[in-house]
Amino acid sequence: MKKDLLGIHALTAQDIEHVLETASGFKGVLERDIKKVPTLRGKTMVNLFFEPSTRTRMSFELAGKRLSMDVANVSIAASSVVKGESLLDTIRTMEAYGADIVVIRHSSSGVPHILSGGVDASIVNAGDGFNEHPTQALLDLFTIRQHKGRLEGLTVAIVGDIAHSRVAKSNIYAMGKLGMKIRLIGPPTLIPSGMKLLPGVEIFHRMEEGLRGADVIMQLRIQTERQDGGYFPSIHEYADLYILNNRRLAMAKPDAIVMHPGPLNRGVEISSDVADGESSVILDQVQNGVAVRMAVLYLLAGGWASSGTQAAQERFPS
Amino acid sequence: MGIFRHSGSPGKIPVLTDDSVKKRFRIRNGHAVDPASGLDGVFDILVADGRIEDILPSEAEVTTGDEDVDASGCYVLPGLVDIHTHLREPGFEYKETIATGTRAAVNGGFTAVCCMPNTRPVNDEPAITRYIQKKADTDGSCGVYPIGAITRGQSGEYLAEMGSLVEAGCVGFSDDGRPVMNSLIMRRALEYSRIFKVPIISHAEDTTLSGKGVMNEGLTAVQLGLRGIPNAAEDIIVARDIALSELTGGRLHVAHVSTEGSVRLIRDAKRRGVNVTAETCPHYFALTEEAALNYNTAAKVNPPLRTRHDVDAVREGLQDGTFDAIVTDHAPHHREEKAAAFDDAPPGISGLETALGLALGLVHDGTITISRLVDLLSINPCRIMNIPARLIRVGAEANLVIVDPRVEWVVDASRFESRGKNTPFEGRLLKGRAVRTVVSGEAFACR
Repeated sequence: MKKDLLGIHALTAQDIEHVLETASGFKGVLERDIKKVPTLRGKTMVNLFFEPSTRTRMSFELAGKRLSMDVANVSIAASSVVKGESLLDTIRTMEAYGADIVVIRHSSSGVPHILSGGVDASIVNAGDGFNEHPTQALLDLFTIRQHKGRLEGLTVAIVGDIAHSRVAKSNIYAMGKLGMKIRLIGPPTLIPSGMKLLPGVEIFHRMEEGLRGADVIMQLRIQTERQDGGYFPSIHEYADLYILNNRRLAMAKPDAIVMHPGPLNRGVEISSDVADGESSVILDQVQNGVAVRMAVLYLLAGGWASSGTQAAQERFPS
Repeated sequence: MGIFRHSGSPGKIPVLTDDSVKKRFRIRNGHAVDPASGLDGVFDILVADGRIEDILPSEAEVTTGDEDVDASGCYVLPGLVDIHTHLREPGFEYKETIATGTRAAVNGGFTAVCCMPNTRPVNDEPAITRYIQKKADTDGSCGVYPIGAITRGQSGEYLAEMGSLVEAGCVGFSDDGRPVMNSLIMRRALEYSRIFKVPIISHAEDTTLSGKGVMNEGLTAVQLGLRGIPNAAEDIIVARDIALSELTGGRLHVAHVSTEGSVRLIRDAKRRGVNVTAETCPHYFALTEEAALNYNTAAKVNPPLRTRHDVDAVREGLQDGTFDAIVTDHAPHHREEKAAAFDDAPPGISGLETALGLALGLVHDGTITISRLVDLLSINPCRIMNIPARLIRVGAEANLVIVDPRVEWVVDASRFESRGKNTPFEGRLLKGRAVRTVVSGEAFACR
């Protein structure tokens, strides 16, 4: 991670730690009255979204603005741009407008990787197909550490549609690199068999087995639009088997935290009393997302050598 | 009908004319191997008026006036025949034309190709077949034998008029690119084709199982976040079609086999005497799924590149006779089509100009003998499609390839004659290639 952030797969444990440490500095900025620093004034970020998104796009936009970047949002229907040359033309146009960082979301895996070779601008993957969503994993780790004080040795249960979840993929890579224990829980139809070959991964099909003794429970959103059909008989049965409710939460460690990348399907993968309960850190995830993305933007814009803590404290003492 | 016409037709693009040798010449001192003629030794081969005039001991005196082609240290083999080629014309001339595709064939050592019917329009009626042949006569550099569609429009629903297509020149039938998913239609195709004694070529893929998959199902697909296609999608249809061939007695030829399971099913069927033949492609014995890493769309092909386990099984099948033929499945695409998201890029590999070099790798590593290579790339393909054999025999039409097995070269798609530069073998060091291809007595230099 020097020019681009395409995925967690290519990062080392040290890279991840470096981002998290940098994000701590920016979290301090966000807790101030005036939540803005001039760190990246004059730099331009483009949010290039080929897939609809409200939360991730807004989180990146705020992160850029808090760093005083100029931010432009571009939404393009993926169907109108299917050929690689057109994709390259699009991103080269963004670069010609002066974009230093282009944040890309696309429904096909690998699009940010293909584009990264074609431009000098930094590319940030904001989710590609079923591949990766690296900033989500980074903010998840940041949130876990905030609550647990550590990462190594923790047991994390990730529950739901693993097969179609780039959030799960990035988290599995990151947690594997950081020495965390990963339990994937879901129906066999939604866990590709190749997953068991990834480092640190154990697979379960029943909540009752997989949640026992977990430090962290991460419920995934069931993306009904991604279902080709037939992965499970009905949403009703899925909810019966995989919803996180208070009864199931009690199987995990007493101090277990509950996470969700949002948006929530209340009553499907998570019950309202759990989502709004004491164990839930879902809104912390949202807040931390801005700090983590500030860190990523800052590091890609050339600050890789020094940390955000230094940037925030030395240059702009509070 | 004269498929081989090479002198002066307007519009024909001659292959490498600057270095071509015409009319009467003598291929000196080459190691001729033709198991069909019982030939295996160093000979001089005299070619005149398109035919092999004489085969002489190499120490014999050179007749004055003959042009010389030095083949010392080289093999002289029956001309290669690719029974699975996409020439793309009519309809997709931006990908390939009959002119460029046959030039690529000749450059790769092939003297004839059978072209698949998934053109636009589909080759499902005699007018299209005749169009292809006419273009091959005027523009082509080697023999072109069209394959007709099994079903009208390759829709999998109604049989195409096999009788009139055979009459027009089709040598077999396939809906290649897609399977005949309806088992009853496939049964009828295998039954009905018996009238004409032509093969039904099966693109074995259960599309309800392969779904939206774009590469092999497995660890690499998980790593790339791409939808997988399991081996079972191929195995199921291979098993079905073997059962239907047994039921009907129809001639089944299984296309582009990629899985260990298919190899096992075909081996078993052959032992039981089922009327089945099978082919595989160089990419299924020379590459694994990992070639797709970094979203390399040049390695996107259907069926997909599989695992080491499957590659080993395919090589075993080449060794023990389970496979009858090596084919290219030459599937040229435009650069821009392949420069897309992996999901969107069309599947296919431009294979005519690397196939021989990759197959020679099997000879170098001891998997097969040179004589078996001739079986796989010339003799059996002709038998399967019932087209004239490329014999090294006095009086036979001169369709030969001179192969230098020692020369090392690096695959460079920019040098392909094919319009399709889509190869996952770019930059690969290969040992051995065609140096001269003789088509109907005309010798072309390969590069």
